Amino acid sequence: MGDIKEIIARRVAKELKDGDVVNLGIGLPTMVANHLPEGVEIILQSENGIMGMGPAPAKGNENVDMVNAGAQYVTVKPGAMFFDSATSFGIIRGGHVDATILGALEVDEKGNLSNWIVPGKMVPGMGGAMDLVVGAKKVIIAMQHTQKGEHKILKACTLPYTAVGVVDMIITEMGVMEVTDKGIVLTEKHAEFTVDDIKAATGCDLIISPDLKEMK
Amino acid sequence: MKDKIKTADEAVSVIKDGDTIMVGGFMACGTPEILMDALVKKGVKNLTIICNDAGVPGRGVGKLITNGQVKTLIASHVGLNPEVAQRMNTDVAADKLECILVPQGTLAERVRAGGAGLGGFLTPTGIGTIVAEGKEVIRVDGRDYLLEKPLKADVALLRGSVTDRFGNTTYNGTTRTFNPIMATAAEHVIVGACEIVEVGDIDPNHVVTSGIFVDTIVGGEKPWEI
Repeated sequence: MGDIKEIIARRVAKELKDGDVVNLGIGLPTMVANHLPEGVEIILQSENGIMGMGPAPAKGNENVDMVNAGAQYVTVKPGAMFFDSATSFGIIRGGHVDATILGALEVDEKGNLSNWIVPGKMVPGMGGAMDLVVGAKKVIIAMQHTQKGEHKILKACTLPYTAVGVVDMIITEMGVMEVTDKGIVLTEKHAEFTVDDIKAATGCDLIISPDLKEMK
Repeated sequence: MKDKIKTADEAVSVIKDGDTIMVGGFMACGTPEILMDALVKKGVKNLTIICNDAGVPGRGVGKLITNGQVKTLIASHVGLNPEVAQRMNTDVAADKLECILVPQGTLAERVRAGGAGLGGFLTPTGIGTIVAEGKEVIRVDGRDYLLEKPLKADVALLRGSVTDRFGNTTYNGTTRTFNPIMATAAEHVIVGACEIVEVGDIDPNHVVTSGIFVDTIVGGEKPWEI
């Protein structure tokens, strides 16, 4: 089916509108910027203090004083601004970021998210994730549907929450899901999978949209 | 005008065992490495470090952690320094590190509140999570917020890109992060400067941290590769 991460990133990119202020998490979400539809230009916010972040610099052109929140070298676009961390999170909590795209360890049908700690095993910390998912207007989870076959989309998260009731949309290699008051609705499915495949890979009831489309 | 310029060793001589130290920077980008090195050399122990993250081994506050000088780390992210997990889980009492994880926006605002004379602030971040444990929840206009309290420190160790002899400081690129807010929240502020210039050389339009916050300036800092 091709590169799973590319498939997810390409679909996530279609959710973004021209002029949106967007914060992309580390890893897969970063790839979204490479798949923006023609005519859509977004403004990337980086929580370590950039509005208007650009792509990685060409080799040899790195500025060691200019990195993203994953400590990778970046550039800035014309019209960019740098700011301190209090200002950055004022922007984030204040609802001035249109969309945040990040990965998850678990998401549940109430839109609860767990992505920062596995007690006793992995304690990386929440970084800016708790503020981002509470403050951004739209929270999109971009991730592989399962973790080596284990369910990640659940009836109830088992790991400590990052935040409760914040997830709007989940995009995986299997399909596109919206979190609603009634539960998780499958709105698009990838051609490689049947609805039953997706149900089997999901740890909660899945409402199938009457208008189910093919994910592209 | 008081001469604020000192050597790194002279500058960190004010730091004592058990002090609370704020350290600027984000994944060591914008962290004053010469002041980290001077603190390692001085060898003070039982420090409480307030920093966005744990750096990486060999960089930023990672140096202090490796040298066993940190008793408590207050940070938002420690995942890129494997030594933190080792020291959190060790049975050797002398090596034990207490790590208090704080959401990054809450950490920044607590530092800002500490420097701005506020008794705290109300944030929706952390509601319904283990971050809320033991904290007061206050409802305002139908929405729940956590009461988060200010953070202050004995000493702040910051990195400036250009600093004048009064202490007015600018920060290049993404080296700004926690530096300007920490400058306001510590009793004693030391800036490791990449370039020291005369008073008046920095356009007042470009000054981010006023010299009134800065007690000591140390030259010889530089932008470091990650």
